[in-house]
Amino acid sequence: MKIVVLVKQVPDTYGERILDPATGLVDRSGSDAVIDEIDERALEVALSYKDAHKDAEVVVLSMGSAAVTVGLRKGLAMGADSAVHVLDSALRGADVGWTSTVLAAALTATGFDLVIAGNESTDGGGGVVPAMVAERLGVPPITYLESVQISDDEVAGERGTGQGKLRVHAALPAVISITERLPEARFPKFKGIMSAKKKPFTVLSLEDLGIDPAVTFAGVGRSVVLQTTKRPARASGKKIVDEGNAGVELADFLVAGHLI
Amino acid sequence: MYALTEEQESLVDAVRDFASSALAPHAIEWDQNKHFPVDVLREAGELGLGGIYAKEDVGGSGLTRSDAVLIFEELAKGDTTIAAYISIHNMVVWMIDTFGNDEQRHRWVPPLASMEQLGSYCLTEPDAGSDAAALTTSAVRDGDDYVINGVKQFISGAGSSSVYVVMARTGGAGPQGISAIVVPAGTAGLSYGANEKKMGWNAQPTRQVIFDNVRIPVNNRLGDEGTGFHIAMKGLNGGRINMGACSLGGAQWALDQAVHYLKERKAFGKLLVELQSLLFTLADMETELQAARGLLRRAAWALDTNAPNVVSLCAMAKRFATDASFTAANAALQLHGGYGYLADYGIEKVVRDLRVHQILEGTNEIMRLIVGRALVDDAA
Repeated sequence: MKIVVLVKQVPDTYGERILDPATGLVDRSGSDAVIDEIDERALEVALSYKDAHKDAEVVVLSMGSAAVTVGLRKGLAMGADSAVHVLDSALRGADVGWTSTVLAAALTATGFDLVIAGNESTDGGGGVVPAMVAERLGVPPITYLESVQISDDEVAGERGTGQGKLRVHAALPAVISITERLPEARFPKFKGIMSAKKKPFTVLSLEDLGIDPAVTFAGVGRSVVLQTTKRPARASGKKIVDEGNAGVELADFLVAGHLI
Repeated sequence: MYALTEEQESLVDAVRDFASSALAPHAIEWDQNKHFPVDVLREAGELGLGGIYAKEDVGGSGLTRSDAVLIFEELAKGDTTIAAYISIHNMVVWMIDTFGNDEQRHRWVPPLASMEQLGSYCLTEPDAGSDAAALTTSAVRDGDDYVINGVKQFISGAGSSSVYVVMARTGGAGPQGISAIVVPAGTAGLSYGANEKKMGWNAQPTRQVIFDNVRIPVNNRLGDEGTGFHIAMKGLNGGRINMGACSLGGAQWALDQAVHYLKERKAFGKLLVELQSLLFTLADMETELQAARGLLRRAAWALDTNAPNVVSLCAMAKRFATDASFTAANAALQLHGGYGYLADYGIEKVVRDLRVHQILEGTNEIMRLIVGRALVDDAA
């Protein structure tokens, strides 16, 4: 079983996240870069399968700038067997169309039985890349899984719908994406950290993948950010004074915000 | 020696993740309730914290002392008491891994490295502290066994540990009469005193360990008969710089808190950080802690390379780092005013915890004695 986990490096959500108003792109120099937490959970799904199936192979795949190396190395330290980094300056600001094309090409190059991704990223999150990758690869996608079971020839799980749950399954090869209902990732162990540098780490350019942007993306639409607006300063909170009905008011407030 | 390697950056990141999620949120509660979190120590063991510099064939992480000082500094930012206990545990693991034979290493180290079992270091006695070579706990040979009698004082982890490395007198007076013997928990005649009431270090138990005709096979002895004091002192070199690093981590955390506080707190119409005298205090704290960090790394490097002045360097690093860190943590408390004295802020806990680091693993007076004697001897 070869499992490829898609990981994306994002600005740490603990810090201030900034958009460059000139380009509309995320200013990645302005904050700490970390693996998106949802992708760490995706890796955890793959690693827990590998815990029980020693012959399983786990690959971490990322498309991004040179800084992504650190995140991929963390994936290796956590227990992935090898890493693939698609690195090409032509991909700066790639939208979901470009990204899914390139990831699909990289997945074709590495080979896979199962691709696991996070449902959406915390920076430019469209929530569509896993499904688009599956479409381009011609394999079934099952997205937004809240639980995952992997067997030799099938992947299954539950998908929340808001009203209830769907039990879904797909024959392998397939692409799945997972939600934050899946467990948190393990800590990398010291031994894993020390052995991470010895594991295979492949860097691929667009040329290596047989993609010439001028040809492959010719005439293909591309989303571009035209305008950005700074988040308004935080307004002061609402104070509820208990006049005998504070509980009801609190509940109404939470319901209005779809928090309960 | 100033830049960290990529691996060291990753080790520190991993420890930071662990310390900030598994230790820091509980540190105050554990201190207040005197709770020793053995379940969390198991998690630490999974990470590789149980045998940081033990060899990999017995489950150790095979890291260096230079790695270890970075690890302990970061760990202590989450909880100084737990970090300090993990240092003591590692000292025990290292002694067995280094001075034990292969059979002993494979018997004891793997469950200690994973922290499924915990270890305690038993040197100090009620009447033998700084003058450790005057210890009187006896191990009298009887056939293939030793029969141990005596009392060990201030033993961290006692009652919870599975393995006790005990320095006991197998021969005549003085350091040459001492052997290091591994005593497993549950051996008949082994018992523990009450959990001591302490100023700090509340999240780890400190008890007497009492030996009443405890019969232990001779092949539980580490190394040759009469080498126990040497083994105990070797263990302490690393223990001392770890304790310095634990102090540094606690103090650095307190300094970080103080900087945040001074940037938010206003008095006399100004932010406190705009008051120059307070800024000078912060600068002095930072400078002292950086100096401590430099000295600790140098001593760790000496230990890794077995440099000739290693004992003296470890002693001065321990003395300086524990003194500078206590002073800085105490200054952080003062900068917080009344809030620093409240348990909720965590600062007073760090001050209480760090105070004992100036006393244990060799008092800071003994550290000065080591440094001074080495200085005079070298000049002779």
